[in-house]
Amino acid sequence: MDVKLGELPMWLATCNFTPKSLLGGVQKAWNSYCNKYINVKRGGTAGISMLLAGYCVLSYGWNYQHIKRNCWRKYH
Amino acid sequence: MLGGTSGGYLVPPPSSEQGSPNSSYIAENVLELHLRVFVCCLFCKKLNGIFLIIYSILHTKRALHASQQCLAPLPPLPEKGGEVRYGLIPEEFFQFLYPKTGVTGPYMLGTGLLLYFLSKEIYVVNHETVAAACILSVLIYGVKKYGSKVAAFADKLNEEKVATALAVKNDAIKGLETAIEQEKKEQWRVEGRSYLFDAKRNNIAMLLEANYRERLLTVYNEVKKRLDYQVAMQHLKRQKEQDHMIQWVEKNVVQSITPQQQKESIAKCILDLKALSKSAQMTV
Repeated sequence: MDVKLGELPMWLATCNFTPKSLLGGVQKAWNSYCNKYINVKRGGTAGISMLLAGYCVLSYGWNYQHIKRNCWRKYH
Repeated sequence: MLGGTSGGYLVPPPSSEQGSPNSSYIAENVLELHLRVFVCCLFCKKLNGIFLIIYSILHTKRALHASQQCLAPLPPLPEKGGEVRYGLIPEEFFQFLYPKTGVTGPYMLGTGLLLYFLSKEIYVVNHETVAAACILSVLIYGVKKYGSKVAAFADKLNEEKVATALAVKNDAIKGLETAIEQEKKEQWRVEGRSYLFDAKRNNIAMLLEANYRERLLTVYNEVKKRLDYQVAMQHLKRQKEQDHMIQWVEKNVVQSITPQQQKESIAKCILDLKALSKSAQMTV
């Protein structure tokens, strides 16, 4: 890996968190994902299924406070 | 949270950031990025909708070139996408955990996480779970049954597109090659220029010669005509002189015969005739 877990705080300190660079990083990540899984000659279901799974997980996380009310037990 | 921050993809080399002010990455991999976004979402619960909007904006304003712009010829698209196991988890995750935990490591991690989420009810089983199970089963059945056919159809479409493009390219190449051959032929023809000009020069020389001879002939004819005229004139003149002289001589001779001479000549003629008649009578 590019950054080891032990060096994570040091590495976090080095990069700047301007919105422009954040957006740049997001764009680069999206492009690398597309080039790896979507812009291929014979892609499969993996490309979009991973996106959908991520979306499901994210929306579950966002609505967790509402879903929490349907839990089966009160004390875990 | 989601199986660690390190389950990364290989990202393009770090020489693409000359345009932007910072020269380091914000997120080394996609999972780390998603982790950060998830953390931000959890902390600002009221701004949930905005992140979806930002995502959609990023999707529409995606840059055309991710890495440094390499010029033509473009590298061809990769044949297959990155390996993904069970359609959800990329192969790199399994490879990452293999040295420490072997083959069953990720599966044990997955089972453990699942049981943890179920037991602590971080994942709540409700009607949505049943709906998700039904939908997923139908989807997986459909993909397993018709996946290959759809893939073949899409491949056929792609093949046709590529074939038309290739046909256009080949036609262009053929056209250019015939043009090159014709050009070479024209160049070869140019080498025969000298023969052409020689032939033309011969033609012109022949024409000139023929014209010269024609005019020579006319000159000869004209001169001959004039000379013949002169000759005819001289003949005519001599003839006329001769005739005139003969006439004059005759006239003078006739004039010179005086009447006396005439009488004498007549008398002589009569005497001769008498003598002749006598001699004739004598012979008879």
